[in-house]
Amino acid sequence: MALLGRACLLLALAVCVYGIGASLYGVRTGRSEWSESGRRAVYALAGILTVAFAVLEIAFLRDDFGFNTVAGTSSSTTPTFYKAAAVWSSQEGSLLLWAWLLSLWSSLVLFLTRRRLRDVAAYATAVLLGFGGFFVSLMVFYATPFATTSPAPADGVGLDPLLRHPSMMIHPPMLYSGYTLCTIPLAFGIGALLARRVDAEWIRATRRFAFAAWFFLGIGILLGARWSYAELGWGGYWGWDPVENASLMPWLTATAFLHSLMIQEKRGMLKMWNVSLVLATGTLAIMGTFLVRSGILSSIHAFGGATLGVPFVTLIAVLVAASIYLVVSRRDMLRTEHRLDSLLSRESIFLANNIVLVALCFVIFWGTYFPLISEAFTGQAASVGPPWFDRYTVPLALVLVLLSGIGPVIAWRRATLANARKNFVAPLLVAAATLIALIGAGIGAKPFAIAMFCCAAFVLGSVGQEFFRGVRARRAMAREPAPTALMALIRRNRRRYGGYIVHIGMATLFVGVAASSSFQHASELGLSRGQSTKVGAYTIRYVRPTATITPKDDRAHTGATLSLGAVLDVTKRGRHVATLRPSEGFYDSGDPSQGSVGHFIGGQAVSHVSMSAGVTRDVWTAIAPDISTPQLKRVIDIGNKTIPLVRPDEGLLAIAYMARAYLQNPPQAQFHFIVSPLVMWIWIGGFIGFAGGLIAIWPAPSTVRRRVAVRSSARAARSRLQRA
Amino acid sequence: MNPARKRTVRLTVALSAAVVLASALIYTSFSAASPALSPSQLTHQAQPGRSYQVTGSVVAGSVHHDGSILDFSVEDRTGGTTVPVVYTGTVPDPFREGREVIVTVRKQGGRFLGERDSLITKCPSKYKTAPPAASSGGSGGPKSGY
Amino acid sequence: MSISIALATVVLLAVVVLVVSAPLRAAGRALDPESQEAGGRHAARESAADRAELETAREAKYREIRDAELDYRTGKLSREDYDAVDRALRAEAIEILDRLEAPEEDCPKPRAS
Repeated sequence: MALLGRACLLLALAVCVYGIGASLYGVRTGRSEWSESGRRAVYALAGILTVAFAVLEIAFLRDDFGFNTVAGTSSSTTPTFYKAAAVWSSQEGSLLLWAWLLSLWSSLVLFLTRRRLRDVAAYATAVLLGFGGFFVSLMVFYATPFATTSPAPADGVGLDPLLRHPSMMIHPPMLYSGYTLCTIPLAFGIGALLARRVDAEWIRATRRFAFAAWFFLGIGILLGARWSYAELGWGGYWGWDPVENASLMPWLTATAFLHSLMIQEKRGMLKMWNVSLVLATGTLAIMGTFLVRSGILSSIHAFGGATLGVPFVTLIAVLVAASIYLVVSRRDMLRTEHRLDSLLSRESIFLANNIVLVALCFVIFWGTYFPLISEAFTGQAASVGPPWFDRYTVPLALVLVLLSGIGPVIAWRRATLANARKNFVAPLLVAAATLIALIGAGIGAKPFAIAMFCCAAFVLGSVGQEFFRGVRARRAMAREPAPTALMALIRRNRRRYGGYIVHIGMATLFVGVAASSSFQHASELGLSRGQSTKVGAYTIRYVRPTATITPKDDRAHTGATLSLGAVLDVTKRGRHVATLRPSEGFYDSGDPSQGSVGHFIGGQAVSHVSMSAGVTRDVWTAIAPDISTPQLKRVIDIGNKTIPLVRPDEGLLAIAYMARAYLQNPPQAQFHFIVSPLVMWIWIGGFIGFAGGLIAIWPAPSTVRRRVAVRSSARAARSRLQRA
Repeated sequence: MNPARKRTVRLTVALSAAVVLASALIYTSFSAASPALSPSQLTHQAQPGRSYQVTGSVVAGSVHHDGSILDFSVEDRTGGTTVPVVYTGTVPDPFREGREVIVTVRKQGGRFLGERDSLITKCPSKYKTAPPAASSGGSGGPKSGY
Repeated sequence: MSISIALATVVLLAVVVLVVSAPLRAAGRALDPESQEAGGRHAARESAADRAELETAREAKYREIRDAELDYRTGKLSREDYDAVDRALRAEAIEILDRLEAPEEDCPKPRAS
């Protein structure tokens, strides 16, 4: 079977090389059958990689441990869902996933544009096959998913316990979909520049894909933040880790692109911005893919695998150089006749939006790659921490939210005092009222948080005003009740009102971020059974310890051999707030040198946090139970000495004894306790934002018309169009 | 002022502002950064009061929990110099002896105080190219996966 | 086992070659007089694609007209600007409608590729 997989990869590589040649030949000589053949090469690539992916997936599901990747990331006791998802938890498997997704999206976009954009699409085909060929070559020459060992090992190592969570399994495909979708507009942008056709047509063709990239990347980022918060033992959702940043940067430029292309459509302006943003987004996506697997930056994700560094750096260098060359050499075509009439206009707000998003991206880029930059300039690698990032991103985020409130209501071309009065009074009043309410409520001296709340209120005010006026305008024309008018308004103006909903979602998200960062209460507690302590207004009591054992052949979700934890009772001013049950799971290390009992709990330790999520605040806790007390250590030592390795059942009995000892006499445990206000609104805001995005991109119902109907309705339309 | 000149002025102002802000950013990054050092470099170069990021492996047998304080030693990846660290704050799940860690520390006397919540442990190699599988099925030991 | 894998590989290779070379083979045939009918079908498909393109442009233009009106009614376009923009957009829409109607009066001619 692995042979089939390897054959597929070689065939894929051949198809990529052929397709690049055919497309370029077709477009240079004008012989469309060759461009057509090049396009079909992309379809063929998708088919071949589907077969390859299926081969790997089947190997995982069938426990074929002859495959090195299967042996390295799965085992016979891994639950089926995680087996299926373990395909992409290894370097090789993730490369295959990337290439496969790329081939699928490329096939889709080329199918949808098969009758238009002849030249542009041909160049784009070559670019996309270039990327596909790059990833396939990596698999063929550096890191093949189809390496085998003979004889096959009896069982595999199993999936890292940290990854045994549903959202961690969905997070990579989401992110990879986002990254691969970013390369589509990039390819078409390069194609448009090469074919010298930078009008609106290529944008129309790839707009849906730019949105899809934005959508999937955003969801991937949010899922990662959620996983980090709900599963990892540090209680935060964003740490400015290089890998987090790597996915955020292309998302920021994609956001800028989605906005800026509205201006190109309406006024023909910002063409240079649009091509640059598209090229930047694609390049940043490739850089993000590279960062996770290169080990050049220290982070929880990056390690080993220096073998892939050189090819990636080469690719990125080529992309950057080619992008700069293309934009500079075609700059005449990218000039516009229209200019900014006034700094106070909708066009300039969109421009400001571009600038802020790019500035944010630059700050994050600088901070993320700083170890490399400082090493290049000073010879010493140094890194900057979250405080540095916060110092610059917080004010920029404030400006961004403010702009998202001004944009919807400011006039085109030139905002006069008269229409400023008409459009800004209500939102400003809402913001002012919020400010007064916050100060009145005695919310502490946290200027940035207060500023963010007021900006968010401003956004809500301005978007609310837009909806209100829109409904009023519709009712003036159509005499409908308000709810119907609202639905009709949104349905007929999806892009506009969907976009407004995205702004509301983002403002909500930032409110959650501001509140949970500025007003968070975190503490380290040492508690013994029965003991209670106060943290702010909350009283926490260690009620009793918990211990569970998972027998070897139990296909339990966590798979930890031993889980030790506690039950905590949290009250506030006498009223019960939550009962928390944090625990720490100790996993088998499979290492006989730790002893017949020691190995059962000598492997990975994973903290299972306990959280009570509420609309106004989250109460979160993690436990670090102490298993190194003399009493418990004695159990392990005696077990190691007396129980032979080949009697795992007896070893487990010793573990059970240990658990009972822990329950009877629990040592003091360390608790990490956090109260974060408004965290839930981050997830709610994200959900609203993405729902709004879907509304914005949803195609209007296409009506099928016959020619006769078209002719007569065209005449009717013409007479309607010709106004007196 | 004619429109063309107005545009040039605007562009100049905007670019100058960008340059000024970027310079501020770049300057603060160099001054706020913690150099990343290995334990051997740390023992030679560390000055009291400055913060450094030390990367290395956790020395076997050096891990002690004392209430909320964690004591451990970090050694060079290639072995050799070890550096004792006293750390408070969140301890990541994968932390254990032999794992690679990154922690920001400040020199105090002969010890290094770890900055709160700055401990990072590298996930065990998820993305290392799979080495040719050793005959792990042949040792006869208990074979339990997850 | 390896026979079936070899067979599967050969089949895959054959399918890929067939799919990828289809346009090249079709182009070779198009110079053949008997394939004029196929050429005619091809031309008809082309003009259908052009129609779809024009219809998309028409819908986009209608959307722009509605957008401009909404902008005016919610205070983002002044009366003079709205009148100018609206007039221009409607003229462009009529242009598109003209192009949509025109081909129906001609007979579709088979195009030589």
